[in-house]
Amino acid sequence: MRNFLAILERELKSYFFSPVAYVVLGFFVLATGVAFYTIISWFNNYSMQSMMMAQQYRQMPPAINVNQLAIRPLFGNIAIIALLVVPGLTMRLFAEEKRQGTMELLATSPITNWQITLGKFASALIYYATMLLATGVFVGLLFIYGNPELLPILSGYLGLLLLGGCFIALGLLFSAFTENQIVALASAFFVNLIFVFLGWLGNFTGPTMSKVLGALSPLDHLEDFSKGVIDSTHVIFYLTFIFGGLFLTFVTVESSRWRGAR
Amino acid sequence: MIQVQNLTRYYGRTPAIQGVSFEVEKGEILGFLGPNAAGKTTTMRILTCYLPATSGSAKVAGFDVFNQSMDVRRRIGYLPEQPPLYTDMTVKAYLHFVAKIKGVDPRERKNRVNEVMEKTDITERQDQVIRKLSKGFKQRVGLAQAMVHNPDVLVLDEPTVGLDPNQIIEVRQLIKNLAGNHTIILSTHILPEVEMTCQRAVIISRGRVVAQDTIANMTQQKRGAGRLVLQVDGPAAPVRDKLASVAGVKKVHASSDNRYEVESEAGRDVRRELAQAVVQNGWGLLELRSKDKDFTLEEVFLNLTTEEGGANA
Ligand SMILES: Nc1ncnc2c1ncn2[C@@H]1O[C@H](COP(=O)(O)OP(=O)(O)O)[C@@H](O)[C@H]1O
Ligand SMILES: [Mg+2]
Repeated sequence: MRNFLAILERELKSYFFSPVAYVVLGFFVLATGVAFYTIISWFNNYSMQSMMMAQQYRQMPPAINVNQLAIRPLFGNIAIIALLVVPGLTMRLFAEEKRQGTMELLATSPITNWQITLGKFASALIYYATMLLATGVFVGLLFIYGNPELLPILSGYLGLLLLGGCFIALGLLFSAFTENQIVALASAFFVNLIFVFLGWLGNFTGPTMSKVLGALSPLDHLEDFSKGVIDSTHVIFYLTFIFGGLFLTFVTVESSRWRGAR
Repeated sequence: MIQVQNLTRYYGRTPAIQGVSFEVEKGEILGFLGPNAAGKTTTMRILTCYLPATSGSAKVAGFDVFNQSMDVRRRIGYLPEQPPLYTDMTVKAYLHFVAKIKGVDPRERKNRVNEVMEKTDITERQDQVIRKLSKGFKQRVGLAQAMVHNPDVLVLDEPTVGLDPNQIIEVRQLIKNLAGNHTIILSTHILPEVEMTCQRAVIISRGRVVAQDTIANMTQQKRGAGRLVLQVDGPAAPVRDKLASVAGVKKVHASSDNRYEVESEAGRDVRRELAQAVVQNGWGLLELRSKDKDFTLEEVFLNLTTEEGGANA
């Protein structure tokens, strides 16, 4: 535990001193802001129109569901943005240790590869959670427009956190493959894109195939969370994905030592 | 303190070291000498539990490097060829981090860090970011890192490589000061480094140990016949004959300037007798020195490493 914390603390500090991490944070918030603005403009138009329609026909204006019409699409957008930026957070984690020779320090210290792997994962997850927290500003603004339900927001964030965990575990794995950060970034990014593609491909296939593809894509498991439903299948999917990624990372780190990779 | 037995390591199908065996006593500084690509780094990486051996065994402080790896790691400090520094951290923060992962008791951490900074003379730099330090200072931080948990054994892989002459002298002095408290293995491809800092040397070439002994024995053995140079103020022929007649002298060459090169029998010190012979005849002894001293170890080294090379080819 002490070793895990030592690794976690060092990585976190390193994030908060790293220009790359701030660029990632900045891009994340900015892109979320743009998405938010787009959704809100559309939402405003929509509610305006429905009000006018209601007046024209002398009816009660229809109940507008902020959760459904603004928050759910916002979360969907955040998921895509996270997918794009998380490799930027994870690329450094192992690649840099190898490049600067500090892996040799860690590997000859009385500390296990699990402690190293988990410490690094946790640091990226905490940094990512901080980024998510920053998007809370936008969600907060929605309370001005309407009366969104709190529960779907919280469960949605839980889903985003789990989803981010998947991207982080994957990025960590690719960082363990190489000592070149750019290679780690590009390969993680590429695999993430495949996941989006899988979900999207589902739209063009039959219902069974669509289900299978959707089940494989981490993005498709988010939907229920943002509806306020915490379904154990989705939670299990995410946790399996995360631990699978972490396990492969552990194996990679362990075996690169056996091979004597430099 | 360290027992290495028949250690072999392959990278793919090529052997990096084969059948390497040696021992290091407690408190000793052992020089691990060999040309580039001899297998020094590979051996050290096995000792520090970074790499597993293909076969053979190694024990540090009685613990097996493979089966009791954590026990070994706690007792070993390692300075790799490239000092393992987090360049975005300050010296102090870095050393605290290393102390933590090396398992230094939290209450002692501060003292330990201060002590190693003192020993390596980096106390004034403790708040500087490592990236901004000179190469010599980085190397000292590397050394401090290796010592922070007060390990029984220090493994230093070419600790003076890439430093300028002044820094080299400083780092060597530093290492010498550590002897006694720690058992040290220091690898190098520089001969004088071994002569200056170590008591004993293992010479490795193409993955095999080709010699191991104390520096004194190693040079003596190879020296076989000792060579001395004398400068004598006196008539050339009688001086030469007189020198040749001294017991233990094998050959005398006269050269210019009243100089004579004397070759003596193996392991026999004839300097006293030579001096006596000269003085008894009323000649002046202007100079008497051993010709071996400056480059014998180099000769040993070259002989061993090239002989082995020939045998392998
Ligand atoms: N990770 C590695 N993969 C493949 N070959 C290696 C690796 N590390 C070292 N070698 C080879 O093993 C031999 C010994 O290398 P090394 O132990 O680094 O020697 P030294 O430290 O004495 O220069 C060299 O021929 C080197 O090319
Ligand atoms: Mg080397």
